[in-house]
Amino acid sequence: MNFSIGQTIKHAILILGALIVIAPFYTMVSYSFKSQREIETGADTGFFGSQEVIIDEFCVHRGQPEREEVKDTLELYPEKTERDVYNILLDEVKKNCTKKPVFFNYQSAFTFAPLLRYLLNGVIVTVSIFLIQVIVALPAAYALAKLRFWGRDFAFSLVLFCLLIPVHAIALPLYIMLAKVGLTNTYAALIIPWTISVFGIFLMRQFFMTVPDDLIDAGRMDGMSEFSIIWKVMLPTAIPALLAFAIFSVVAHWNDYFWPRVVITGERNLFTPPIGMREYRADSDGTFYGPIMAVSTVIVTPLIVAFMLAQKRFIEGITLSGMK
Amino acid sequence: MSGIFLKKINKSFGNTLVLNNVDLEIYEGEFLTLVGPSGCGKSTLLRILAGLESSDSGEVFIGGADMTKVKPADRNLAMVFQSYALYPHLTVSENMLTPLKLRHLSTLERFPLIGPFISREKRNELTERVRKTAKILKLESFLKRKPGQLSGGQRQRAALGRAMVRNPVGFLMDEPLSNLDAALRVHMRSELSELHKALGSTFVYVTHDQAEALTMSNRLAVMMDGNILQLGKPREIYEKPSDIRVAEFIGSPKINIFSCNVIKSNQVEICGFKIQGNFQHFMDKKISIGIRPEHLSLTNDRNCIKGIIKHRENLGSDFFMHVESPNIEKRIILRVSPEEALNLQVDAKVNFNFSQKYALFFNSAGKRVEVFDPNNITNKKIA
Repeated sequence: MNFSIGQTIKHAILILGALIVIAPFYTMVSYSFKSQREIETGADTGFFGSQEVIIDEFCVHRGQPEREEVKDTLELYPEKTERDVYNILLDEVKKNCTKKPVFFNYQSAFTFAPLLRYLLNGVIVTVSIFLIQVIVALPAAYALAKLRFWGRDFAFSLVLFCLLIPVHAIALPLYIMLAKVGLTNTYAALIIPWTISVFGIFLMRQFFMTVPDDLIDAGRMDGMSEFSIIWKVMLPTAIPALLAFAIFSVVAHWNDYFWPRVVITGERNLFTPPIGMREYRADSDGTFYGPIMAVSTVIVTPLIVAFMLAQKRFIEGITLSGMK
Repeated sequence: MSGIFLKKINKSFGNTLVLNNVDLEIYEGEFLTLVGPSGCGKSTLLRILAGLESSDSGEVFIGGADMTKVKPADRNLAMVFQSYALYPHLTVSENMLTPLKLRHLSTLERFPLIGPFISREKRNELTERVRKTAKILKLESFLKRKPGQLSGGQRQRAALGRAMVRNPVGFLMDEPLSNLDAALRVHMRSELSELHKALGSTFVYVTHDQAEALTMSNRLAVMMDGNILQLGKPREIYEKPSDIRVAEFIGSPKINIFSCNVIKSNQVEICGFKIQGNFQHFMDKKISIGIRPEHLSLTNDRNCIKGIIKHRENLGSDFFMHVESPNIEKRIILRVSPEEALNLQVDAKVNFNFSQKYALFFNSAGKRVEVFDPNNITNKKIA
């Protein structure tokens, strides 16, 4: 075996870095398994917690015996007082509302607020953004990489310049423009500002530069129009780079908290997952960390799964486009 | 008339003149090669012919019709590229089908999902054409593979196949063999020639490799600095180059050039030897004599050109001796047989001469001039 001190140190540093990055995720997943009491006391109960059964207060609250119900039951047991019957019924409810913390947390995640709706919104927004970005970026990148026209280099330098503009700097003007045309609180407000991705144009342009000109000429000889060259020749060869861009784009907009917070002001049906999470911040009863962490876990899972599936090609794409 | 005619083609990139008023007529069914060093404009000329590049001025006629402004696909020419340019995401058969589909199916028939339904018969016909072409090129067993899974030679064949399926009026080939290894290149040379004979269509072939140019073409056009210097049959170009640059470019190893002085109107002097001829137009001017390595012969006669061998090149069938000679600035290369070469080591002294009739004379502008009476060319050795 080759043992080198340099390699060992390198790996030690990398492992340490990985641990630091993973730590919050570890806590998030672990908390999503634990009961409120375990979280608040910080008791050392391992990753999965003790899974000691708890009584779901919301469930009990919802199941509270009605006056009618108590009266009906009282007729069957005339020897008992109203109070007794009430307590018996309540105990029944409590028994049904007793569950392990993991079930409580994940159940509340989906019942407390319309999480599925938020997830659906997230999918609609990120997928639309990505598709439109591709529709805009591919032809633009193709033109910048492969066509000769007056002002091309200037156009490309504008693209590079736009890479330097921070989103937050133009958020207010964008918001005002959207408000003027009455688009706030719509999907359009969430999607339109992101449809032109200079990063996407830049990334795809760099990739297209590496595609041999002969391939494009072959397409022209075969009778393809410039647009069919883009969609039928360039797009298939650019899949790795496109996948890399997809991850950047989808992650950024799935996780985006800032922009939806700006343009979605009241319409709860349009909340994206990160905005939706605010709904779990209970006001007077304190914050329920378990359910919140369960929501967080649910929200990040699709991204992590997607990344793992595409990991190999994603790294390919990054290396190909020289963005290492 | 259905050949190809390029008329007064001019093209420059920025300030660089790439093509300078080029005229070229390509006969129907011939194998014409454009040959020249890199940067001579041969590829640009081919691309203008293909329609991939537009000329600054000039006209392109294909089959008698003016195609100057017509887009590449409508010129019905097929092109084979140096890098093959196969669509990497499609199989060989899909690659070959692509030009057919674009040509023979309407937009609706090419539409995904419904297209295949409404054009089933047409599609079967096209697939049949692909199969036939693949059979000619012995590609049948690779039809289902993607270009990445093929060897260089197979990719070359697939690229040829994609060009062939649609029966174009002409094939344009841009250095199609230069990515192959040496052995395969030689093999493909003969295969391309045979293919040309079998198809009988026009081939326009661009190469910088003079061996390819000489072996395959019916005619070849030697290009340099944006001009066609000479257009003719391979043998004619080799034996009677019209320009010193053509003489130097065609032939391997390079032709030997001796510069000499015209001393009388009927006599030049080369290394102290005299050649008789008609030199009256070149009095007091420099004149160059070109002699190919195979036309120089060793002799025992000590009165001939002398030199010392500085380097020997063994090609198996022949040896090339690089000889330094006093009074001649460049090294002279001469071809000798392996038997003769046995006794000749580096630093050996040799004498050689040549027969007058092989000497090519070039004037100071580099143009070849006839100095002998064509009816009276002698085999006379110079010394």
